[in-house]
Amino acid sequence: MSPFLRATLTIAAKDLRSEFRTKEAFNASLSFSVVILVLFSFAFDPTSEQMQAISGGLLWLVFSFASALSLNRSFARELQNDCLDALVSAPIPVAAIFLGKALANYFLLILVEITALAVFALFYDTHFAAQLWPILLVIALGTWGMTVIGTTFSALTVNLRMREVMLPTLVYPMLVPALMAAMTLTTDLMNGIPLGGDNLLWLRVLTGFDFIYTLLAMVFIDIVVVG
Amino acid sequence: MTSPPAQYQLHPAALDIDGVYKYYGSFPALRDIRLKITAGSTVALLGRNGAGKTTLLKIIAGLSKPSEGSVRIGGHEVREQATRAKIGVLGHGISVYDELSALENLIIFAKLYGLPDPEKSALAWLERTGLDRVRDGLVREFSRGMRQRLAVARAFLHEPELLLMDEPFTALDDRAIAVLQELLADAHATGRTIVMSTHQLREALELATDVVLIQRGQIAHAGPRMQEMVDDTGWLYRTYGEN
Repeated sequence: MSPFLRATLTIAAKDLRSEFRTKEAFNASLSFSVVILVLFSFAFDPTSEQMQAISGGLLWLVFSFASALSLNRSFARELQNDCLDALVSAPIPVAAIFLGKALANYFLLILVEITALAVFALFYDTHFAAQLWPILLVIALGTWGMTVIGTTFSALTVNLRMREVMLPTLVYPMLVPALMAAMTLTTDLMNGIPLGGDNLLWLRVLTGFDFIYTLLAMVFIDIVVVG
Repeated sequence: MTSPPAQYQLHPAALDIDGVYKYYGSFPALRDIRLKITAGSTVALLGRNGAGKTTLLKIIAGLSKPSEGSVRIGGHEVREQATRAKIGVLGHGISVYDELSALENLIIFAKLYGLPDPEKSALAWLERTGLDRVRDGLVREFSRGMRQRLAVARAFLHEPELLLMDEPFTALDDRAIAVLQELLADAHATGRTIVMSTHQLREALELATDVVLIQRGQIAHAGPRMQEMVDDTGWLYRTYGEN
């Protein structure tokens, strides 16, 4: 195993172990997602056509708000006891710290989203079983985009006192292309429109977004963290 | 015809700080810091609060970049990975995770430093710092002294050639002070270089071979430790300080 990969996995395992001991971010994200989905099912008629039309949008708004709760903690947990200094002074690339944290965040968000998707299926009259794998692909790609941007800005805002406010303020505008693509694709798939034709363009947008921002984050994270 | 004596260095300085400035906005926290520290020295970095000691240590550790100038460790840039492997940092914070056990903490850092057997190294250092009996206890349940000893174990874990310590004796209990003094004495005896900022002059000067006094971001005095400094801890400030 390469030193970079070993460092990345060590950081990811450390973050997951810490999170599962406290469950601070996970519980906050999960309960937020479930509560919002349940409340919306009371506010709107879940069987209406209007609901079908906004299903992808609703799901991704819930995912993105829930992600902010989780991603805020990513670098902030390193402030306790000045742990970030110990990580940055270790002989590993800062990109490995970033990627390890991003992988841990990704895993946690995917867990939250799969649970939220099950709640969505339970409370809303949607029939997406036939398109389950394409939907999971869109969730996987969209969540990686949110994770990369969120983890990068978590590093950027870690020393700000108002980081809980600053993170969403900075992250959501950046996420617009990825969210538009994920919402459109999810709505299409929820309504039984398979991947292909016009919506393939959105899939390309989502994939390109993930690729470009992952690359940019890996290149510039050293400047973000060390200065 | 004889050629003039060649001016060369067989080995680069363990730590070479060359014209370092650090500005926070327009405020100069450090001004033209120039120091060459030879391998095996134990340097006490002294100065009043806000003098720039922590800023300088952070720059040496590669945690902050200088606005101007350079820091080289063993002739290499501080942000090179191979250079960082040679540095052990004990900062203001303990830099260990509260929600992990003592053993888990040390294993993580042993892996990050690429040690061949992380668990073995972690267990050895837990024993050396007297924490082996609580190795599976979560750090958040530790007393302050135990947490400090774990922080010391983390800093020494990879047996660094250069130890950077920011106020290492502050808030330590008697046992932790004894552990740290023993480890520092061992480190000095084995030729490691130590740079520590401190307000506890007596503890620091017992160990130091050299003293650097920083005032308002500048070096006011740099030289070998003298007996006067040990006998009268106010002597240094009276002699070289501003007041």
